[in-house]
Amino acid sequence: MTTKPTLIKNAKLIDPAKNKVEDGAILFADTILDVGAISSAPDGAEIIDADGHHIAPGLIDMRVTIGEPGAEHKETFKSAGRAAAAGGVTTMVMTPNTSPVIDDQSLVDFVLRRGVDRSGGVHILPAAALTKHLDGELMTEIGLMAEAGAVLFSNGDKPILSSRVLRRALSYATAFGVLVANRPEDPFLAEGGVMHGGELAARLGLPGIPDIAESIMAERDLTLAEVTGGRLLLDMISAARTLPALKRAKEKGVKAVASVNVHHLVLNENDVDGYRSFAKLSPPLRGEDDRRALVDAVATGLIDVIVSGHNPQPAEEKRLPYEEAAFGAVGLETLLAGALTLHHKGDASLSTLIRAMTLKPAEILNLPQGRLSKGAPADVILIDVGAPFKLDSDKLKSKSNNSPFDGKLLQGVVKRTFIAGKTAFTA
Amino acid sequence: MAQRPTGVKSNEASASPARFRSKHLLAIGDLNRFEAEQLLDRAETFEPMLEQKIKKLDTLRGRTLINLFFENSTRTQSSFELAGKRMGADVVNMSVKSSSVAKGETLIDTAATLNAMRPDLLVVRHGSSGAAELLARKVDCAVINAGDGKHEHPTQALLDAFTIRRRLGQVEGLNIAICGDVLHSRVARSNVALLNILGANVRLIGPPTLMPPGAERWGAHVHHNMRDGLKDADVVMMLRVQRERMDGGFFPSAREFFWFYGLDEDKLKHAKPGALVMHPGPMNRGVEIDSVVADDPNVSLIETQVRMGVAVRMAVLEALAEPGSNQETR
Repeated sequence: MTTKPTLIKNAKLIDPAKNKVEDGAILFADTILDVGAISSAPDGAEIIDADGHHIAPGLIDMRVTIGEPGAEHKETFKSAGRAAAAGGVTTMVMTPNTSPVIDDQSLVDFVLRRGVDRSGGVHILPAAALTKHLDGELMTEIGLMAEAGAVLFSNGDKPILSSRVLRRALSYATAFGVLVANRPEDPFLAEGGVMHGGELAARLGLPGIPDIAESIMAERDLTLAEVTGGRLLLDMISAARTLPALKRAKEKGVKAVASVNVHHLVLNENDVDGYRSFAKLSPPLRGEDDRRALVDAVATGLIDVIVSGHNPQPAEEKRLPYEEAAFGAVGLETLLAGALTLHHKGDASLSTLIRAMTLKPAEILNLPQGRLSKGAPADVILIDVGAPFKLDSDKLKSKSNNSPFDGKLLQGVVKRTFIAGKTAFTA
Repeated sequence: MAQRPTGVKSNEASASPARFRSKHLLAIGDLNRFEAEQLLDRAETFEPMLEQKIKKLDTLRGRTLINLFFENSTRTQSSFELAGKRMGADVVNMSVKSSSVAKGETLIDTAATLNAMRPDLLVVRHGSSGAAELLARKVDCAVINAGDGKHEHPTQALLDAFTIRRRLGQVEGLNIAICGDVLHSRVARSNVALLNILGANVRLIGPPTLMPPGAERWGAHVHHNMRDGLKDADVVMMLRVQRERMDGGFFPSAREFFWFYGLDEDKLKHAKPGALVMHPGPMNRGVEIDSVVADDPNVSLIETQVRMGVAVRMAVLEALAEPGSNQETR
């Protein structure tokens, strides 16, 4: 069955390949047929008047934890797909820390086939485990899993502690050109920590995770990427102290990219005050200086990608004394609005922000999505950038509702989500 | 340095024993092109003899050859033993269980003991790189390295070159791919050196974790994609992959290794039509080589390699047994 063509006219087009937003229209079926000034639509096309609202490529969220298989009480392909479509996310990269761990080609295949079956059309791309059982010791069958469709290799939330293992993995991965992700956090420095290791942690009587836990391991990772020639993703960096090393490495031509969790661009350690366990994240929300440095790094492109870090945790894991509560927050439905906060404050341009959630991840993962150009897959979102709303986490479509944005005023609503030209969500 | 075109077999050269400048054969670097070719020419005269009913010369009569093997090796040890016996030498085999403590000290003690027995030729295999060289400094006779750690195995390279030359006429100008665990392979190190001396174009193929740093400076092109690396290859030399490398995290599994770096019919199709396949043995079937390829008499030279080994080692023993033949000592 061919997809019915859709024309969205009277729109503002956010083409992430360009640095400006242009008035125009977009015509697509399962792929984008035309963009710009379009005078007529083919017979039978659905014509939508955007009424001056924005069109962007569907978001690519490079870091989503789903509970399936193994923890379906937290999130399933179906509930994650529903939340993603509502949040304008049309492609999710799923972390391998499931049960069983995605460390075998048959499991990669399972995620690819089962995921899209259940997700309502949202693309679910597996990140495969970098080491067997995520034990940080023996590398997985990177080549076979890359052939099966794994888009990157990561150890989930567990950093690779052994420099030798990461060196070999980065080196081995160069044969296949695949991306290796590491969550930089020195487990010895971070041991027992539950929030940013600063003055507030001391006052609250909570053990801290110092920023050097991140920067020390990130510097090691960048050195290993340099000597091996491997492609490295510094997964969700949070500290200002990490940025100079990243900048130096990029200037040297090291094949390194970095992502940031959207929560770290909007919130800081003060959001933990009052022992708010819903703001307990890993890496922890850091100081305001760190947050500002991260925002600047997104604006300049030093940080390549903004992710939701979606990590569903049921209430019983979160409504606990702060120290005992689980780390993590859901983010699929607040990724866009969270990132748009930077636009509304004037800290980063709309196209820069959208690029960090569309074109940049697409380029890093070699995906055809993330573009508003003729021939690209018609994963398209219609958004009201300025629409204000107060987040009620009980209304989230995710199976878990642990959001630190709960009760906060945000701006930016997804009106409609198209995946391969078909409507996946309507507000 | 005296040079002669490869493949031209002068009768004069093949009639006379090879002569080396160096007292020992510890690494391919001990040879120049003239010496290497002279040696292969000489092996050429021994090879037909091995097909005769009586396979014995008396060139080395009264000489003593000691085979000193600190590592087990059926193939190399018996090849040297046969070569020695066919040249008429008295051969003594010593298998020494390598002690894990104070290896260096034990080796020097062993050397002194052996030296007192006044052998003429000492063939040594040892698990540590540089062991043959250490021994050579401590004994008075000629030492032949039959494999030291991850360093060199020069007679294997010579027999490989000899096998190629016999089958294809010459080594010069051939595209030769060496595939697998280059990092831990003494066979690869010796082969790259010798094939370069003889004028071949050498490629090294393997996963990045099994490729030594700086391998491109050895005089070889490095490939991580086997199909690319095999393009236009005349000869494909497979190396043995050891299972303990997998547990050491150099590559994830035998099946992944075979899928990307194991030589099967499909990958071999990317080499030149009629390309020949070699392996120093013992083979891991289904890890680095498919039995279909290994056992195909039209492409596999693996058995021929074993036969050629004896002829080449006879020529080496002859060249080093003549004390007067060496103009300089190391």
